[in-house]
Amino acid sequence: MSLPVYLDYNATTPLDTRVLEAMTPYLKTRYGNASSRHEYGRVARQAMDTARQQVAAAAGAQPTEIIFVSGGSEANNLFLKGAAAAFGLAGGVVAFSAIEHPCALNAARQLARQNWKLLELPIDAAGRVTRAGVDAALTQKPRLWSVMLANNETGVIQEVAEFAARAQTAGGGWFHSDAAQVLGKQPLDFRALNRTGVHALTLSAHKIYGPKGAAALVVDKRLDLIPLIAGGGQESGLRSGTENVAAIVGFGAACELAVSRLNNLPARLRHLQARLEAGLAPLGATLFGIDAPRLPNTSYFAFADIDGETLLAWLDRAGFAVASGAACSSVNPNPSHVLLAMGVPEALARGALRVSLGVETNEAQIDAFLLALKTALTDLKNLTALRR
Amino acid sequence: MSYSVKVIDHYENPRNVGGFDADEAGVGTGMVGAPACGDVMKLQIKVGENGVIEDARFKTYGCGSAIASSSLVTEWVKGKTVDEALNIKNAQIAEELALPPVKIHCSILAEDAIKAAVADYRKKQGGEA
Amino acid sequence: MHLPIYLDYSATTPVDPRVAKKMIPYLSGHFGNPASRSHSFGWTAEAAVEEARAEVAALVKADPKEIIWTSGATESDNLAIKGVAHFYGETKGRHLISVKTEHKAVLDTLRELERQGFRVTYLDVRENGLIDPETLKAALCDDTALVSVMLVNNEIGVIQPIAGIGDLCHERGIIFHVDAAQATGKVDIDLSALNVDLMSFSAHKTYGPKGIGALYVRKKPRVRLEAQMHGGGHERGFRSGTLATHQIVGMGEAFRLAREEMATENTRVRQLRDRLLQGIARMEAVQVNGDMTARVAHNLNVSFAYVEGESLMMALKDLAVSSGSACTSASLEPSYVLRALGRPDELAHSSIRFTLGRFTTEEEIDYAIGLLWQKVGKLRDMSPLWEMAQAGIDLDTVQWAAH
Repeated sequence: MSLPVYLDYNATTPLDTRVLEAMTPYLKTRYGNASSRHEYGRVARQAMDTARQQVAAAAGAQPTEIIFVSGGSEANNLFLKGAAAAFGLAGGVVAFSAIEHPCALNAARQLARQNWKLLELPIDAAGRVTRAGVDAALTQKPRLWSVMLANNETGVIQEVAEFAARAQTAGGGWFHSDAAQVLGKQPLDFRALNRTGVHALTLSAHKIYGPKGAAALVVDKRLDLIPLIAGGGQESGLRSGTENVAAIVGFGAACELAVSRLNNLPARLRHLQARLEAGLAPLGATLFGIDAPRLPNTSYFAFADIDGETLLAWLDRAGFAVASGAACSSVNPNPSHVLLAMGVPEALARGALRVSLGVETNEAQIDAFLLALKTALTDLKNLTALRR
Repeated sequence: MSYSVKVIDHYENPRNVGGFDADEAGVGTGMVGAPACGDVMKLQIKVGENGVIEDARFKTYGCGSAIASSSLVTEWVKGKTVDEALNIKNAQIAEELALPPVKIHCSILAEDAIKAAVADYRKKQGGEA
Repeated sequence: MHLPIYLDYSATTPVDPRVAKKMIPYLSGHFGNPASRSHSFGWTAEAAVEEARAEVAALVKADPKEIIWTSGATESDNLAIKGVAHFYGETKGRHLISVKTEHKAVLDTLRELERQGFRVTYLDVRENGLIDPETLKAALCDDTALVSVMLVNNEIGVIQPIAGIGDLCHERGIIFHVDAAQATGKVDIDLSALNVDLMSFSAHKTYGPKGIGALYVRKKPRVRLEAQMHGGGHERGFRSGTLATHQIVGMGEAFRLAREEMATENTRVRQLRDRLLQGIARMEAVQVNGDMTARVAHNLNVSFAYVEGESLMMALKDLAVSSGSACTSASLEPSYVLRALGRPDELAHSSIRFTLGRFTTEEEIDYAIGLLWQKVGKLRDMSPLWEMAQAGIDLDTVQWAAH
């Protein structure tokens, strides 16, 4: 039996074999604790230094601006809670888009218990945070902002630099952006973003053919953060705990490869995305987010009167791995908060499917997927007709 | 902590380890530092009748940089007059050994050890005179 | 024999080759996100995560449902202590108790809670490093919410009497957290019999990978926590974030091996540790730190008087050992654990922690013994303090020049 066709690259990606090769020695012979002062420790420390440079280069940042953490969720939590805690009991207003990843949304919501007022930025029908929404928020002088660079479900790219510039002009506030879905899909320049007023970025290794268990918060050094995890004082005191050297080495290698792919991969993905979407339209799919600039690999759609879960199960049996909404919230049976924020009716939102493409996707897979989808829809429509 | 090649050389092959009889005429003994601070240096000089330091010995309890600093000054003071020896400054020691900023105190201690040894020698000379 | 000889198994351990072998498939073919519910990539990953959870639970005789994955013992300690303090602070009270010799992950977390208005008592230990349950009893207050005591100390390897402490806490309705990062595979842990509510684990101290740990959260009676990492609601809401499948699989396999091989391995390692101790016992002015009976088999912590710590480390560069705990060794502060035993700073500075493990050989131990004799001897020949001590001078009576 051949492996199913994987079309869920926004949930996680397969590890690049070159990344695995880079990591393996750190699981086997170079196993030292990077805090140890002996030879084993120094080898691990040097490997981390290299990885820090590789990650910084991919993000357009300085190595000293990289804080390694265990995952994207932790990075988002670290910014929101860490920056909020630095304000002490005073609290303030925290502004965030209604379509943030659940880890940012729920971290922000936690702040409501500590004197913080929550301000959800509205989303237009195309899946965008609007300038008008940001301008309206500015009157409340948010001290913290979190607006993702691209949404994980729709792939819609947000005008983060523009929003940050407006926030900056209106008196500031620390501005964070979750860039986990953007890294590797388009160039990332923290220096340029930083000049407009972005102070922190979230990056994650396992979205770019790196390992799970390594991620980073890129931070402007002026940003005052209280660590989430106290202890041995690793990562300049901002993130304690023995460093996950092998995964960090893998993250570094994955970043270097991600940069090298930028010449070709985005265009190739864009082509495949167009082919997919050209095939979806005749099947009667409603495509979400297509009126806004999007990532080249993400297509989000639904079919009226087709139950998404049933369709997913059918596709899985046919050998296609796709997602309904974000993987993290798959535990949660509610319709996607992103689609609801865009004003998509609940019934349609419930049927949403996300196809996200990656390095191993090819035209034959897209065509096979479209064919399977067509068959599935015919089957399911007949079934529904029978039931009626 | 990464040490310079010179520190490692002095640490691994310390020059002039040992001591003289402190009561012997012409011998000056200086002991500086404290165990609780992590460094104790004992420097001894043997001064000839012409006022030139003929020989020197040291013993040091301390880090690699402290050992290297004291080993170095035993080489440097030899052949110098007592007054010339007093002109050895910690900055020269730090520069010669390429000490990192956190280890500058080792070179200061070595300079202090020279002063203490010379002071002891002069005190003994004064006493005899 | 490969130099430097690795004798720092309490800082971290190599990943056992059998563990690495089990991990690799989850880094290649089985790369799914365990939270993906719509396809087999996700299900395969989820099944592996649950198998590993059962292995971790089996080592400590817990229910798999009581095991929460974290990024490591440091995070587990933070989650347990802050989670309890924030959940129970209003009901049980705002007083917390721990010990001066705990790991930084516990102590720094408590410091942070002190800044938030909690009251913390840090218990002293006896000269052997063990706490006296009577001291603890005396410290308990009506508003004590949590007691946190480590099972095995990372620097001196002593085993704290957690069974009795647990009973004491249980009687008073106080939540009891145990940091067991250094204990798994070294000490039998039976959570079905112990009155322990929360226990922190680490994979990379037990031949598993770095970046993964777990927290045991007792179900009966149920212990509640305020989550510290919010998000997609993973780990029953206790800890959100994509699970690193390969690391979890590695921890499961490492803990399975620990369960199966602990008895034979501890016997072998104890013999090597005792050989090391005997090898240096005849050296003058050598002092073992910490109780030698209530102690794990793989740890030996020794002070070499009259030589300075940093130069000793430099002299022993062919031995990968630790002076003080790895986490604090970047600074020149003397070990606070040895200070808590009443050791003066200079003796704390000149202490070396040898921690042996699965891959330590007799040849390596013999080499280490020879090297210690040679290098300590050389440094003492160079030490004015040793010279004075040999001359019968009591160093405590010397007036040192202020510097």
